Amino acid sequence: MLFTENILVALAGLKANIMRSLLTMLGIIIGIASVIAIMTVGNSITLIVNSTMQELGANNLEMGVSQKSQDSGESENGMNFGTGYVRDMTDDDLITKDMLKSFKEKYPDDVKYMLISESVGQGGQVSRGSKNANVKITGYNADYVKFSDLDMVAGRQFLNQDYEMGKKVCMVSDKLVERVFKGDSDAALGQMIEVKTGGDYYDYYIVGVYEYVANQFSFGASDNPTTDVYIPLETARIANHTQNKGYSYLTLVTSINTDNDTFANTVRDYFNVNYYSRNDAYEVMVISMASMMDSMNTMISMIQLALSVIAGISLVVGGIGVMNIMLVSITERTKEIGTRKALGATNSSIRLQFITESVVICIIGGIIGIIFGILLGTFAVKLMGYEAAVSIQSIIIAVAFSMAIGVFFGYYPANKAAKLNPIDALRYE
Amino acid sequence: MAKNDIMLDLHDIHKSFFIGTPNEFEVLHGVNFSVHEGEFVSIVGQSGSGKSTLMNIIGALDRPTSGEYTLDGVDIEKAKDHELSILRNKKIGFVFQTYNLIARTNAIKNVELPMMYAGVPRGERTERAKLLLEQVGMTHRMMHNPDELSGGQKQRVAIARAMANDPAIILADEPTGALDSATGRLIMDIFHKLHEEQGKTIVLITHSPELSQETERIITLRDGDIKGESVGNWAKIKEELAC
Repeated sequence: MLFTENILVALAGLKANIMRSLLTMLGIIIGIASVIAIMTVGNSITLIVNSTMQELGANNLEMGVSQKSQDSGESENGMNFGTGYVRDMTDDDLITKDMLKSFKEKYPDDVKYMLISESVGQGGQVSRGSKNANVKITGYNADYVKFSDLDMVAGRQFLNQDYEMGKKVCMVSDKLVERVFKGDSDAALGQMIEVKTGGDYYDYYIVGVYEYVANQFSFGASDNPTTDVYIPLETARIANHTQNKGYSYLTLVTSINTDNDTFANTVRDYFNVNYYSRNDAYEVMVISMASMMDSMNTMISMIQLALSVIAGISLVVGGIGVMNIMLVSITERTKEIGTRKALGATNSSIRLQFITESVVICIIGGIIGIIFGILLGTFAVKLMGYEAAVSIQSIIIAVAFSMAIGVFFGYYPANKAAKLNPIDALRYE
Repeated sequence: MAKNDIMLDLHDIHKSFFIGTPNEFEVLHGVNFSVHEGEFVSIVGQSGSGKSTLMNIIGALDRPTSGEYTLDGVDIEKAKDHELSILRNKKIGFVFQTYNLIARTNAIKNVELPMMYAGVPRGERTERAKLLLEQVGMTHRMMHNPDELSGGQKQRVAIARAMANDPAIILADEPTGALDSATGRLIMDIFHKLHEEQGKTIVLITHSPELSQETERIITLRDGDIKGESVGNWAKIKEELAC
């Protein structure tokens, strides 16, 4: 009963001094808003990263050639700057087709696909008359094209001989066809396109048109999105003059039943024991997507936590502001406190009244802060081009936390009010 | 007179203040008096006579250094702090010279306040607050905040508030001190009405011998001692006022 009365009294007090109340709340508002904004941004990024990785396949193993880890005897702190010179990677250090072939034969059940891709140049453009479309040329191996599971609008996918001989054929998106061939896919088939990337020109014959699917990384809906020009891997390697070399990097798509963490070790051991045991500087490293996702998430939440703690400091400053104003308010209202005591208020009811007041200030500030924080966080995430994901958890924590600040920083002033001597308080002018 | 008739009994009350050790300043040097139920008593004294100190003790805002004080059968000097709060709430109705209404709180809420601390349910206390405000003629202003009321109106609200928990005594400290004489007259009339019609026990503390003449019994305080008791003159004053 006293509870609702106290809230009403507190609200009336806040209303009587609107400017002062707002300024007092400002610290809390800024603190809570920044914490909520940081949480929203972090939360959104985590979700985006996770869904992207899921899309890329949590079942994937990323595998590549990397420097051998130094012998533990050489350095005690795990770093080795003095003797750490490692020779540059040469063609002899790369993973060869033969290695991959025998590897696949050894583990036919676990390895579903071996994805290898190589891009030609940076992004480029296809022009035809006055029309053009943004593209990126990437060579894919047969496994990769199968794995990509393209929806064909017209034409065919690559044939074995396309891959083997590195024929100058390509598959383009329906977006490109829309822009350059007025949307007539059948007319586009068999046509040659010239792609300009950097200062170089590359010619390919269109054998197929696939349906373009915008991915999460594309910024909004552009009417000229950069789409992939698929070419056979070998074609790309010929263009890059790498056709006789091995691979430095590839992705393994494993079967659903494979335990990726164990299999990652199996793969690493297979390559390192069979092919890299005598290599003086390089070896094969294998990372599972799942563990990468874990460490990524841990990293994001660490950053998020660190930023939140910094933002939390402004909450403490805000809390001190509340305490300061409560002390001022209590001095101003000394006579009121004396009167209340004369009318029979106990020390604890006076204490409760002022704690309620400080909690009300903090909660109102907290709610305003939450609203600002959500707006700010959403705005920031939208600016990066993603969907914002507000965490309900952070809102609950924010409300609870502002309440706690109210109690913590309100207790000292409230206790001071409660302990006032009624005679002195009544006589106070 | 029967013992249960005594509302207020002070026996050998001493009060001293420390004004820096080892000095001790005694304000009250053994005050003795009692007030019976339904009496209208005034305590008169110049400033410095110790009447404020005495009022604080009677009002249970302060404890005597020594002596016995019984209020409506309760030993004050043995009560704990929170028991004193309850005692002030239930047994004493304060009326101050400066009204002391709670700011930003309308008249009816002010009157409800002591009942709120006493734990009276909301509906009941609103009902009673309305009744009390009606008795002091403030029904038309009961939704107004103190800063919208005149001095006399504030004091009437304060009297209604003092009556809220039907206290054993009403303790009025210079209730007309801040008012002009016409308004002061009005306030005094309310006290007379409460005394005569409802049989309230009222202790009026004043520096004015003239005002004290309106009460039944006058206790004169000088330099911390009671210097005498006399009988008031209300009947005569009332007649003169009627002319």
